[in-house]
Formats: sequence, C-alpha cells, structure tokens
Amino acid sequence: MRQLRIEASNALCQLQDAGRLGVRHLGVTQGGALDWVAMNWANWLLGNALDAPVVEVALGGLSLLAEQDCVLALTGADLDARIDDQPLAPWRSFALHKGQRLTLRQPRQGVRAYLAAPGGFAGEAVLGSCSTVAREALGGIEGRGEALAKGQALRFAEGAPALREVPEALRPLYPAKPVLDLVMGAQIGDFSGTSLFEAFNSDWTLDSRADRMGSRLLGPQLVYQGAPMISEGIPLGAVQVPPDGQPIVLLNDRQTIGGYPRLGALTPLALAQLAQCMPGAVVRFRAVVQETAWREQQGYLQRWA
Amino acid sequence: MKPRIEVVAIDSLMVRLFDTIDEGNMPWILAASQRLRAAFGEHLIDLVPSYTTLMLQSDLAPAEARTRIGQALEGLQPDTGHSGRRHEIPVWYHASVGPELALLAARSGLSEDEVIRLHCARDYPVFALGFAPGFGFMGLVDERLATPRLSTPRKRVAAGSVGIAERQTAAYPAVSPGGWNLIGRTPVRLFDRERDGYSLLQPGDRVRFVAVSHTEFMALGGDDRPLEALA
Repeated sequence: MRQLRIEASNALCQLQDAGRLGVRHLGVTQGGALDWVAMNWANWLLGNALDAPVVEVALGGLSLLAEQDCVLALTGADLDARIDDQPLAPWRSFALHKGQRLTLRQPRQGVRAYLAAPGGFAGEAVLGSCSTVAREALGGIEGRGEALAKGQALRFAEGAPALREVPEALRPLYPAKPVLDLVMGAQIGDFSGTSLFEAFNSDWTLDSRADRMGSRLLGPQLVYQGAPMISEGIPLGAVQVPPDGQPIVLLNDRQTIGGYPRLGALTPLALAQLAQCMPGAVVRFRAVVQETAWREQQGYLQRWA
Repeated sequence: MKPRIEVVAIDSLMVRLFDTIDEGNMPWILAASQRLRAAFGEHLIDLVPSYTTLMLQSDLAPAEARTRIGQALEGLQPDTGHSGRRHEIPVWYHASVGPELALLAARSGLSEDEVIRLHCARDYPVFALGFAPGFGFMGLVDERLATPRLSTPRKRVAAGSVGIAERQTAAYPAVSPGGWNLIGRTPVRLFDRERDGYSLLQPGDRVRFVAVSHTEFMALGGDDRPLEALA
C-alpha cells in the first residue's frame, strides 16, 4: 500500500463512492458523490472501476503529503490546487513525489473537486459502500461516518498508470446559469397553473441553506392544491415543495421517506451540475419526460463504456 | 386491487396501492414487496415500502419497468402468512427518560400507569422505516394517547427513546434530533451493522412493547442517564 498523510482537512472533505444501494427500505440514506460525473472521470483517468472510493472536497481546505511516489487524478471544480507551489489544473492524472504536498485551497470555478487514487482509496465498506454519512455514522476511512481528519492516512494500492487528461470536448461545463432538467412527477398537476408556469420560467436562486441532504431554492412561491400526502419514498433529486412554497432539491444524504409534494426529480446530469453551484447561483428548470431523460442518460454513459 | 404506477424520477416509479393509512394495508404492501423483488431480481436498485406505496428504482428502461410491475402484481393477494416477525421490546417507562409521560397522562385524564398499560396493550405493525437507519414508524396507538409532535423538536434525543407522534409510535435507534413525545427508553439495539439484515425491525413486522423495571432495564444494558445529562 501507498499512502498520503492528511495535514489539513475539514468536515466537507470526505470519502465517497456511488453510494449505499439496496438498503433504503431500512431507513439508510443513499450517500455518494454529489457530482458523480466528476467522480467517474477521476476514476477513469486511473483505469479504476468508475465507482471506486474517491475523496470529495467541497470549497477546499485539504492538504496531503505524499509518503511515497504515486499517481493520482483530480477532476471537478477548480479549487486552486497546487503541488507544493506549482498550480495543478483539474481533469488530469498527475505524479506526486514523496515529500510533495498537494493542497486544494479555494474555489475558483465550481464547488466540489474529486481526487482519485489507483484502485480507489481504502475505506471500511459498511452496508456495501464507503460513502461518508456523518449523521448515520456510516462510511469513511474507519467506517464511522467521519470526514477526513488531520493526521490520518489515506491508503491505496501500488500502481502508476500512464498520465492522461480527460479530452477537453468531454469535460462538463460549469455555466454561470445552468438549466437543470427535471423529470415531471405524478403530483405536478396538483400545483396551480401559475405555479407551474413560474416553476419553469423563473430564475431560482440557491439559498445558503444547502448541505448534502438538500439544497433550498428561492423564487416565486409555488402553490400546491392537492390533498395532503402520506409519507412515501423520496428519489434522488426530488424537487419537493414544503408549505412555504420554496422548493428543496433532495440530494444524496436525504431522508428515505417524506410527505411533501414534488414537482418531480432532477436528472443525474442536472444533479451533477447543481453540485458545482455556489449559494447565490441562479438556475432554471426545464421539464422533461421520463422516457426521454432515461434515453439521454444511457447515451451519456456510453462515454465510459 | 389495481395498483397505480406513477413517475417519480428518471429511474424510479411509485407503486400506489392505497390512499389512506390503515393497518390492513401491511399484508398487501408486504406481498407486493416480495413479488416485486422476485420480478426484478438483479435489476432492482432499491425498493422503499411505506404506508400506502412502494417506490421502485431499477436499471430497466421505464416502459419495461412499468410492464414488469404490472405483471408482477397481477392477482395480488395479501400476505396473511405473517412472514413478518413479532418482537417484544422492553421499555423502562419513567419521567427521567420519558419527559412527556406526564403530559400524555394530563391530556388523556389517565394515570401514568394507565398510559403505560395502553401503550403496551396491542401489537403495532411496522408501517415503514425511515427518518434514520432502523427507525420504524409503528401504530396506531390508542386514540387516548394520540399527541401532536413537540412544537420545537429537541436537538438531541437519546438512543432507545420511545415516543409518540399523533397516533404513531417509534423508538429512536441512535442519538438524533427529534420532535416526538418521549415516554420511556428501551435497551434494545435497533440498528446494528453487525446484525444480519442490520435493522431489528423490518416493514411488516409487529412490535409489542413490554414495560420493565429500572433493574431489568439496567440488567439488559440500558443507559438510564436522563435526557438533560445527554444534551
């Protein structure tokens, strides 16, 4: 095994993978990388399984010291990464030599960066996943839901895959005002006509109340006219509307069931885009039907086939 | 029984069996769950049963998933074989770990002992798991015990706390925030990553609460520190 020593970290530097699947009927949340596209690319750069454990870093604040020579990969947000004092652009694999320091400092574009290592970072898989969920004390390096902590070691397999970049044409864009595809759900007809018009024709501003459970949006007040709902399963990306009329996009660490009406659910690609938006960013929704969205997603996945 | 199938997300459909909460729903939900698991096999990503619905996430194309659900549920019959398990869960009912015990008594005009007796007087089906790993929503409690949630949820509720919200009852598997009216505490571990199946309770199981003394509670490994000491 090779390892990196963690010299600085915070609660938003976490081990993540594709999430904890097949256990939601037990009340266990899904977890997993918020920007799965960037996670996939980070693993692809090293020839890993696309869902191998990576480090998700939101906003920066991570510093790692190489204890051996190694090859790593960095994708996602530009967090002003440096190898010692040399700038390191994302979307590529790179060599980090023994004694060198990798730091992710602060956001310059996007919010979340993903760091991968050959074979994936070692973590204690709990219920089939290393994804860190602090609230449930599951996942992470030791399996107790803890974020990366100063002094800990990040371990991974030997191996030095050839250096490469993600082709420029395939890198996701982080537009200033993303349009997020929303698969229309069954309750959409129970919102007022005005609300439906506004939902898809207004600007929505990301509130600062945002975490891995959900992201609040501020805009016109949406009015639900249907009957009160009984709690039921909540899909990833659900856009739920509580009585205050301000939608919440439910993310990977959401609760498993809930009883607020929903406009529908964002597509996986929309969720990856949202994961790179800062509080204060403005987004729009575009209504899509399930079958079309599903076919587009299958097409997108071909790039890693 | 003609279930409705609704779109919820790119890869997820809601199977709606009922429109109201009823204990009689559970044998149907359980039967549907078993049939759907069998019909989807390795194509199933997650199946989340709740009071009136099952949410199904799969890797099949939506149209194919819809067809498969329809076929799987054709001629659905309730699962009356009681494939769910019955659990007896010991509870130490006491004001120091159940600060709303007195409130429930005052609201209902019953003595605290009567409140405890009523809470232990029936088997509660587990309608759904949610809120936290292993947290089972159960009910329905006697109407005299029905109590709205606290107007301000507690920031910290001790693991094992047993509470009531409206006509539902539950035990908190781990320390968490919570707004239910607390009346006692169980020493039983409700969620254990070392246990086969992880969660003691599964949807469709039945639970009977059994009042135990402080001595028994401690002998079973209970933690009797009052809420304030854990805050």
